[in-house]
Amino acid sequence: MDAKIDSTLDCYGMLCPLPIIKIAEKLKEMKKGEVLELISTDEGIKEDIVAWCDTTGNEYLGLEEDDEIIKVFVKKTVN
Amino acid sequence: MSEKDKVTIIVFSGELDKVLAAFNIATGAAAMGMEVSMFFTFWGLNVVRKENPKISPSHILQKMFGVVNPGGARKLKLSKFHFGGIGTKMMQILMKRSLMPSAPEMVKMAFELGVTMIACTTSMEFMGVNKVDLIDEVSRLTGVATYLALAKDSKINLFI
Repeated sequence: MDAKIDSTLDCYGMLCPLPIIKIAEKLKEMKKGEVLELISTDEGIKEDIVAWCDTTGNEYLGLEEDDEIIKVFVKKTVN
Repeated sequence: MSEKDKVTIIVFSGELDKVLAAFNIATGAAAMGMEVSMFFTFWGLNVVRKENPKISPSHILQKMFGVVNPGGARKLKLSKFHFGGIGTKMMQILMKRSLMPSAPEMVKMAFELGVTMIACTTSMEFMGVNKVDLIDEVSRLTGVATYLALAKDSKINLFI
């Protein structure tokens, strides 16, 4: 990930639907244009984050995987 | 901003697993920016009942019913493998281990995410549930017409 990360959310061990609820809550506190990094261990987040961004209009920047840790990057593009 | 997509969920069942599925979808939808309404009817009404009713039902059958059908999200049982409470307890332990919220926590979370909780007045009447014995998260008491009007405008509509 090249973009600057403004905030990190640790959802280690959490299952669906908690990660997307936490993302939605966290993004509310953030400013437009800021980037959120989400740390998850839930395999489902890989597709869910794309669906969540598609539905809410926020920008999905990609993910990084290292063993069981999945890092997902989202840019807040809507208020 | 465009109008939000609407989701309506009828919670007819009062079993822990089905209720959790309903709240999973409801909270997920709210987190997706959707406007969610949950209708609690029949056994589902137990989810939004307080554990200790202040107003005792008037009819003897309603009273008897209240004894065998206690209210409160904490008291819900699994639809399978309840095993007199052992199965449900085991599931609750496993859920906690997986950081999953319990049923009462799910109710609170849904409320905080802006999910509208609606109780069915017909079920309340024959189960002898007074409105003061519903949890505070319930904001509306309605009948089928309100549900249908909301469901008509909803993209997602579930009966659980």
